[in-house]
Amino acid sequence: MSRLVCIVCPRGCTMEVTKNPDGSFEVTGNTCKRGRDFAITEQTMPMRTICSTAATAFPETPVIPVRVSSDIPKEKIFDVMKEINNTVVSERLGRGDTVIENVLGLGVDVIATSDVLKEEIK
Amino acid sequence: MKYDVAVIGGGPAGLAAAIEAHKNGAKVILIEREARLGGILKQCIHDGFGLVRFGKKLSGPEYAEIFIDEFRKENIEALLLTFVTNIKKLDEGFEISVVNRNGVRKLESKTLILATGCRERTAKQVSIHGTRPSGVFTAGTAQNFTNLLGELPVKKCVILGSGDIGLIMARRLTLEGAQVIGVYEAKPTPSGLTRNIHQCLHDYDIPLYLSHTVTKVFGDERLEAVEISAVDEKMNPVAGTEKIVECDGLILSVGLIPENELAESLGVKLDPKTKGPSCDGSLMTSVDGVFSCGNALHVNDLVDYVSESGEQAGRAAAKFSRAKRNRVALNAGKNMLYIVPQSIDTEADNAASTVYFRSREELGNCRLIIKCGEKTVFEKKYQFLRPPEMERITVDFSGVDSDITAEIEVAEK
Repeated sequence: MSRLVCIVCPRGCTMEVTKNPDGSFEVTGNTCKRGRDFAITEQTMPMRTICSTAATAFPETPVIPVRVSSDIPKEKIFDVMKEINNTVVSERLGRGDTVIENVLGLGVDVIATSDVLKEEIK
Repeated sequence: MKYDVAVIGGGPAGLAAAIEAHKNGAKVILIEREARLGGILKQCIHDGFGLVRFGKKLSGPEYAEIFIDEFRKENIEALLLTFVTNIKKLDEGFEISVVNRNGVRKLESKTLILATGCRERTAKQVSIHGTRPSGVFTAGTAQNFTNLLGELPVKKCVILGSGDIGLIMARRLTLEGAQVIGVYEAKPTPSGLTRNIHQCLHDYDIPLYLSHTVTKVFGDERLEAVEISAVDEKMNPVAGTEKIVECDGLILSVGLIPENELAESLGVKLDPKTKGPSCDGSLMTSVDGVFSCGNALHVNDLVDYVSESGEQAGRAAAKFSRAKRNRVALNAGKNMLYIVPQSIDTEADNAASTVYFRSREELGNCRLIIKCGEKTVFEKKYQFLRPPEMERITVDFSGVDSDITAEIEVAEK
């Protein structure tokens, strides 16, 4: 049995997970289905979102905020960070635009989360 | 030019207030001192914003830009890079003096919405001894350097205080390659949200030391080390527990205080518990026609509620009239840290009043009871109440005629 705190929403439920002999999981303490799903993924393959900044070629806005388009395996966080830190955005991308496509073949993109580069030319 | 509503501050509270006032037919102007709208959310690049409101985990800029897009679509007037220097109360409305690149100007507005946010407590407010080298930052300043300027401000740091921004910065600096030695909290319980302790500290093996504080800093030009001490129940350092930790950065996440300099200049009464204006159910302050919302009203932990209070104030300001008011107090009683609003206008429609509160300490298995005299107006059971987690409820205050008290009864501690 392991105890964990849900990070899906601000409620932060304390949950307990037990693995049954047949390989399925028993979750208690969660107050919604998302919590149950989170508790189970934490036992098999923990996933996280990461948010960071990417350097740009525009001096007035040296960095723009980015994030992964959906969760990535927790163990890949620092590998993805390395990819983001090796990127320089040289086009005026906007919110939701792809900065790195299919990063490290994980099936998710790194996307911009702000229109700040577009705002400058308005 | 006379406006119906002047909103001061272009962060999430001000944007929501301006949009809502405009939609309710008011002629609105928003005044922002920075070059860009969005307030502090511009630098809050982490996700988790908008879960309550949009059911999505957005980053700060994404959340802010949803409102900025709408603000622009509605063609609401805004003055950017503009600073309010003075506000004068007129017989009807207010005269606002502003300064910007075009010089000094005066505006007139029937009502005011103060959406001025909050400020971080600094090193001076937590009395740390020693030299004054560079390398001591508030968490917000470190966040500004890292996320807006793209400069990593520290290589190896200690974080004092376990507020949410400090926890977020512990993770952020670690991701960018800095070493975070530990988070030290003088209180016996963490100040930030439980989920942030997990996803920001535990995920990255950053230790959290409760009942510990920084007692001294060392270094001439740049910070070289800090002295850490254990503290007793009264938060006084315990002699003999000192430990020297080498680092080039000390990041402070030691609390936020609502910014109310303009409010005070207008004679607005503040609540010593929230440090924000004492408001009625429409979020009007003690000065007729002056409204407060967002973190200027009380420090929120979720931006979703900041926007909500902005909309509440915006709506009320647009509908403002010089009516007769009869306010009864809404008091924070036993086990309550604070309650917002602090009063109810019995002349208004109070059938669905939004109420925010925090408990004084961590409580398990308890019950919130709101009473007007002997009559119970509202009751709710809670499995847990924790001071870092603000609670929001909707209460029917119709028919209340005297002071109201909210208190928490505890079955077990």
